[in-house]
Amino acid sequence: MMESCNCIEPQWPADELLMKYQYISDFFIALAYFSIPLELIYFVKKSAVFPYRWVLVQFGAFIVLCGATHLINLWTFSMHSRTVEVVMTSAKVLTAAVSCVTALMLVHIIPDLLSVKTRELFLKNKAAELDREMGLIRTQEETGRHVRMLTHEIRSTLDRHTILKTTLVELGRTLALEECALWMPTRTGLELQLSYTLHQQNPVGYTVPIHLPVINQVFSSNRAVKISPNSPVARIRPLAGKYMPGEVVAVRVPLLHLSNFQINDWPELSTKRYALMVLMLPSDSARQWHVHELELVEVVADQVAVALSHAAILEESMRARDLLMEQNVALDLARREAETAIRARNDFLAVMNHEMRTPMHAIIALSSLLQETELTPEQRLMVETIMKSSNLLATLINDVLDLSRLEDGSLQLDDETFNLHALFREVLNLIKPVASVKKLHLTLNLAPDLPEVAVGDEKRLMQIILNIVGNAVKFSKGGTISITSFVAKAEYLRDAKTPEFFPVPSDTHFYLRVQVKDSGSGISPQDLPKLFTKFAQNQARLAARSSSGSGLGLAICKRFVNLMDGYIWIESEGLGKGCTATFIVKLGIPEQLKESKFLVLPKVPGNHVHANLAGLKVLVMDDNSVSRAVTKGLLLHLGCDVTTVSSSSECLHAVSEEQKVVFMDICLPGMDGYEVAVQIRERFAKRHERPLIVALTGHVDKMTKENCMRVGMDGVILKPVSLDKMRTVLSDLLKHRVSFEAI
Amino acid sequence: MEVALMQRRLEDYTKSLFMEGLLDAQFLQLQQLQDDSNPEFVREVVSLFFEDSQKLLNDLTSALDQQIVDFRKVDSYVHQLKGSSSSIGAQRVKNTCIVFRTFCEEQNAEGCVRCLQQVKQEYYLVKTRLETLYRLEQQVVAAGGSIPAVEFNSF
Repeated sequence: MMESCNCIEPQWPADELLMKYQYISDFFIALAYFSIPLELIYFVKKSAVFPYRWVLVQFGAFIVLCGATHLINLWTFSMHSRTVEVVMTSAKVLTAAVSCVTALMLVHIIPDLLSVKTRELFLKNKAAELDREMGLIRTQEETGRHVRMLTHEIRSTLDRHTILKTTLVELGRTLALEECALWMPTRTGLELQLSYTLHQQNPVGYTVPIHLPVINQVFSSNRAVKISPNSPVARIRPLAGKYMPGEVVAVRVPLLHLSNFQINDWPELSTKRYALMVLMLPSDSARQWHVHELELVEVVADQVAVALSHAAILEESMRARDLLMEQNVALDLARREAETAIRARNDFLAVMNHEMRTPMHAIIALSSLLQETELTPEQRLMVETIMKSSNLLATLINDVLDLSRLEDGSLQLDDETFNLHALFREVLNLIKPVASVKKLHLTLNLAPDLPEVAVGDEKRLMQIILNIVGNAVKFSKGGTISITSFVAKAEYLRDAKTPEFFPVPSDTHFYLRVQVKDSGSGISPQDLPKLFTKFAQNQARLAARSSSGSGLGLAICKRFVNLMDGYIWIESEGLGKGCTATFIVKLGIPEQLKESKFLVLPKVPGNHVHANLAGLKVLVMDDNSVSRAVTKGLLLHLGCDVTTVSSSSECLHAVSEEQKVVFMDICLPGMDGYEVAVQIRERFAKRHERPLIVALTGHVDKMTKENCMRVGMDGVILKPVSLDKMRTVLSDLLKHRVSFEAI
Repeated sequence: MEVALMQRRLEDYTKSLFMEGLLDAQFLQLQQLQDDSNPEFVREVVSLFFEDSQKLLNDLTSALDQQIVDFRKVDSYVHQLKGSSSSIGAQRVKNTCIVFRTFCEEQNAEGCVRCLQQVKQEYYLVKTRLETLYRLEQQVVAAGGSIPAVEFNSF
């Protein structure tokens, strides 16, 4: 009985050899199929970037299943059980499934994979481009570095030649040039002259006219321009060798001047002068001018221009400084010469002063003595002429000497008290004889407020008045000469005729104004300004005068008047209409102190001050109760008999002959202590009856002191008063009748 | 012994018034003027000063209270006060018056008011101190002692 086996019989009969080959092949296929995924996995694990791992997994699965299929096939060559068949079938089914899925997947994946490739290509291109750009930047940076270095070299010197030489050398080095040359415009501006070259030590004065087309082309643009090697500016050396000459580039170098730097103007527009820089590449190389090299050349040209202008400025300033030094030296020399001259003149004058005056004195003295002797009328006439001439000569000498001293500024005015009225009277006396001879009528008008006494230089003031009056007499033939004199008030002083003269009267000075009017020959308007000039003579007056003067008189007057802080001027309505001479001078007001100096009281017996003060009747006027009490206490302590009042009316009531001293407080506003003092003075006309008036004040200045003196007070004391001070003041008062503290 | 102690206290107190600048040498002058013929001289002058100053301060206060300040009047009051205080030697009062006057010249009402305050302060200060001084002197005299004369160069 045949058991029904579940075996499956192969379709074909088994052929031993063929089957063996199939068997082996299947085995190897399986082996391959198993090892491939392993290899794949191994390499994928190694490379981290592969993005499609799961695809590989699928692929791996597919391969493994294929391998499994082939492996299982090995069992199907002989009799095999149903299980094997089932396993085989399932394996095949699985394999089919996986392979289909994989095939479907690959449809999507393969395009992606391809695009990866394109992206890679793209990136590679980009990288190549960046590389190129890097190369470019690097070259530019190199260029920049070269330029900076060049600039630094050029600008590190202020010497023109060094700048230009350095430029050429550095450019030649940086760009590896064969020749580098600089053509500068000549003075005329019509030619360019070869000034500097790189390789030739002393370039011959080779010139080309400036208006060549190639030069114009270069000058008209601020870029570096390629020119032909055959142009005149590029043919510096004879062509050596058979090689092609290298490319030549020329660029303009603006020659900037200081005046070219306008604020709103760029130098390129305003400058007209250029130099030409020519650069030649080596002739045996195939080099060409690159853009960055041209740029470098342009930049350098600009820098050179700036450096040159700096050098030019420096040269100019050094020239100016040298000039100034020369001038200084010359001025110094001139000054020293002038000083020597002045010294020489002063020495001369000093000598001549003495030398000239001595014989003059002799002449004058002896001739006056001669006049005293017995003389015949003719002899007398002769002697009188001698006297007159020598007097004139003496005056002339004095004038000249005075004037030179005045001009030097070495003349000092005297400052003494003198009687003003007496001065005028003396002038009148001196002039009267001459005036009466010429039948001139003299009048003198002194203002009532003219002080009797003044402080100043009496002699010179007299000289001024005499000179002016003398001139008036000299140039009049008849009529009246009037002399008026008064104190110039402030309104008067702002005369329209004296615009530059602004005198300010003060408490110590007053301005004396003297006017001399004559009806003589007058002066024409054009001569008026020359009057005070030395040695200038007035033509009309020349004709009119009978005796010649030196022409110095008015000049000297003017100098003296100026020294006295004054002003002098002459007015005339024209020829024949007479003239008026006016001058204003500053004189001092004498201190009243001097008056009281002259009074001497009989000597008071006993030296002990206390005794003098005992019982002394004193009046104190002060409206401040406290200070009144204090002053009273002080005086009581000193033994005085004190009466106190607190107002000016009370004071005037209480004051009597018995009071010897009146102390009054003057610094209170509203109460005029000065007024009281004046009234007291008026009341007691006789000096010895009058009580001494002393002012008490809290603040002292020169003004207060002078005011007190002016109203006739005898003393000023600063409050608060100490015992000792009061004692001293009182004893001073009684001794000298005056006590003004040194303030 | 008490007398000596009191005298010592009086001396120190007087010195302090000078050191603080409340009084100056003028006050010493006043003290020198006091003698047997005029025993209460200082006291009298000081009382006069107090009366005068009080009146002046009142006048000043009312003058500065006005709507429109009459600076001339104010200046005259201050001048008076300055005179009195300098006569008596009240140094700080006098100095404040000097400053006061400059404000009056500038017609600066605010400054004047401020100065018035300051003057009042100084015045009351010196018044109190002088009154204390007087009391101390009375104590010494009552205890049978004499008032020591203060030399200016003893400090």
